[in-house]
Amino acid sequence: MRRINAREIQQAVAQLCIQANTRLRPDVLAALKAAYQTEKNKRAKDILAAIIRNAAIAKSQKLAICQDTGLPCVFVELGADLRVIGDIKAAINKGIASGYKKGYLRNSLVSDPLARRQFGYAPAVIHLDLVSGDKLKVTLLPKGFGCENRSRLMMFNPTAGPKQIMRFIIDCVKQAGPDACPPYIIGVGIGGTADYACLLAKKALLKKIKNKKLKIKNSSRWLSKINKLEQKLLTEINKLNIGPMGLGGKTTALGVSIETYPTHIAGLPVAVNISCHALRSATKVL
Amino acid sequence: MKKIHTPLTEEKIIGLKIGDEVLLSGVIYTARDQAHKRLFEAITKGQKLPLDLKGAIIYYCGPTPAPKTRVIGSCGPTTSSRMDEFTPVLLNSGLRAMIGKGRRSSEVAAAIKKYRAVYFLAYAGCAALLSEFVKEAEVVAYRDLGPEAIFRLAVKDFPLIVGIDSRAKDIYQGQHPAVRKK
Repeated sequence: MRRINAREIQQAVAQLCIQANTRLRPDVLAALKAAYQTEKNKRAKDILAAIIRNAAIAKSQKLAICQDTGLPCVFVELGADLRVIGDIKAAINKGIASGYKKGYLRNSLVSDPLARRQFGYAPAVIHLDLVSGDKLKVTLLPKGFGCENRSRLMMFNPTAGPKQIMRFIIDCVKQAGPDACPPYIIGVGIGGTADYACLLAKKALLKKIKNKKLKIKNSSRWLSKINKLEQKLLTEINKLNIGPMGLGGKTTALGVSIETYPTHIAGLPVAVNISCHALRSATKVL
Repeated sequence: MKKIHTPLTEEKIIGLKIGDEVLLSGVIYTARDQAHKRLFEAITKGQKLPLDLKGAIIYYCGPTPAPKTRVIGSCGPTTSSRMDEFTPVLLNSGLRAMIGKGRRSSEVAAAIKKYRAVYFLAYAGCAALLSEFVKEAEVVAYRDLGPEAIFRLAVKDFPLIVGIDSRAKDIYQGQHPAVRKK
C-alpha cells in the first residue's frame, strides 16, 4: 500500500488556492475568447474584452480574478490503495488558510451563519469520493456567492420529460438574469437524491467547457443524449439576450454541463448550480 | 465617454442618462451587506454615522487584501439587490450615488428619482482590472467587519455605466423582458 503524509495534501491545497483564484481556467478563457469573436452586440463585446483583460491582469499581477474568492469547495478522490498518514480534513483546512493568506485572497467566511461573526478562511466544504488505485486527486473550486445564491433544486415527478427539465433550467437562468455575472456556466445535476443532485450540479462545473459541437464517438447512446441536451440548452439560453452584465447580446452562457446518476423509481431530482464567468478550479494528483 | 468628478452635484446627476458610459474620479466609499445593516440601524435610531452620507457615493464592494506593492487588492462590485431594503433610507440621508452590479427593486428606482440620485454599474467580475483605477484606499469605519469594513477610495477614471438615472429610467427595464424583475 502506498503512503503519503497529510502535509503533502496541505501544501498542494495551499498552492491550488492561489492557482485557482489568480489564473482563469484555460477552457473558460478559451470560451470567453471564442465568444468575443462571435458576439455582435458592441457593448457585449466591450464587456467581454474587459473580462479577458481582467484575467490577464490577474495573472500578471498575481491578483484574485474576482474579489469574491469564494467559499472553497474541495473535491477529494481517495484511492483505495493509498494510506494517508495524518488528518486529511485538517490538512485541507490548514492548506486553505495558508494559501488564502499567502495569495492575499479575501477572507469571505463567517463561522456562524446566523450570528455572522468571526471571519475565517476555512473550513472548506469537502466532498470525499472513494475510488480505486493508489492516488489522491484533490480539486479546489472557490465558489463565489453572487452566483451560488442562484442555485435551485426541483424534485420532478419521474414521468417528467426533457421539455419540463429544460424549462426549469432555462427559468433558473432567467431568474439569475443580470445579477450573477453573466456569461454563465451552467452546472446541472440529474438523478440521485435531493442532496446528491445538488452535488452533481456543482461537480458538473468541473468539467471542461466544450467549445465546439461535439462529435460523439464510442459513447453510449445515453451519453450522446446528454450531450445533445447540453447543446440544446446552450442554444436556448443564448437566445435569452441577457448577455454579459445582463446588458444584451448572444453570450448569456459559455457552456452547459450535465452530470447524471441513477435515481429512485418515484423521483427525478434536478439541480442547477450557476457559475459566473469567473469559473475557477484547479486540480492536483498526489 | 463622460468624465465626471466628485462631488456629484445635482446638476451633474441630472445630466446622466441610462446607458451612458462614465469615467468617475474622486472619492467613493465601499459598503456592503453588514455595513448597510449598521448604517440603516444607526439612521433609524437617530445615532451619529461614522461617515457623512451627504453627497456620498457608495460602492458595493468588499476588496481582497492589498498585496504589499499595491494600494488595494481586487475590488469588483457585488450584487446590488441585497442592499435594496436599506437603500431608500440611505438616500433619504443624503446618499447621492451607488455603484454595483445587477438589478434594483422598484422601490429603489422610485427613491433614486425622489432624491435625485443615480445608480451605476461597474464591470462585474473584473475585480483585478478595476483595482487599477484605485489610487488610495483606507478603512474609515467598521474595521471589525474585515472585508466588509467601509473603505474610503480615491479613484481615477473608474469606468461605469449608468444603470438607473435620476428619472428612474432603468437600463434593465424594457431592454430584456425575459429577465425583468417583477
